[in-house]
Amino acid sequence: MSEFKIGQREAENVSILELKGYLDAHTAPKLEEAFQGLLKSQRYRIVVNCRDLSYISSAGLGVFMAFIEDVRNNKGDIKLTNMSPKVYNVFDLLGFPLLYEIFKEEKEAVTRFFDRTK
Amino acid sequence: MKTVSIQVESRTERLIAVRDFVSEAARAFGFGDEDISKIALAVDEACTNVIKHAYRSDPTKIIRVNVIAGTGTFEVVIQDEGLRFNPTQVQAPDMKEYLTHFRRGGLGVHLMKSLMDRVEYSIAPGKSNELRLTKYLPR
Repeated sequence: MSEFKIGQREAENVSILELKGYLDAHTAPKLEEAFQGLLKSQRYRIVVNCRDLSYISSAGLGVFMAFIEDVRNNKGDIKLTNMSPKVYNVFDLLGFPLLYEIFKEEKEAVTRFFDRTK
Repeated sequence: MKTVSIQVESRTERLIAVRDFVSEAARAFGFGDEDISKIALAVDEACTNVIKHAYRSDPTKIIRVNVIAGTGTFEVVIQDEGLRFNPTQVQAPDMKEYLTHFRRGGLGVHLMKSLMDRVEYSIAPGKSNELRLTKYLPR
């Protein structure tokens, strides 16, 4: 399936997931696997870069919901960045900005993990 | 009034075909990009519900999506012959409460109602379940 891809890299001890393409009920399990992999290797500082994410449905949003509690219980967080207005609108419609920190740029989100005044 | 239809198997990999079909019809009808995205997402949510709830992920079942283009009114009718699931009776969750308790699921119905102007569900004995999503063309 080429409609959804995930890239993964590390920056300053933060794991970055780069989402590309269409995140729907068909492709959501791929994102679920990626989060499971991070949690298994005890990586709880996670930034999800949505620059190349063209589409998200509630199945995709549900994946973020599924892991946030575990991640925060381990003193980590899932932060989101670089959303297109179209993708941001879907998060916003469901009130996700109340629960997740969303940044314009990836760098801001990475820095935030080391901001002691948070 | 003009009607176009697509039939797809009840499989999540077919969602992209449904979105493309509905988007094209919405564009031809005169909607702009923002409304086209809203309609495609609402129809995706409706079909995802059919696949998961009405058909319990049985890929041999069929979903029919009809687009009815009226005067200023764009209707998408999603038909299935699975278990009855009436999304219009699902109560809108208090999102703050919902999110702070980290719950999953039920978001699709809330989205559909937010994205479309009307959401109606009808069942009749011996007939398909029908979910009718309506959006009005802005004047």
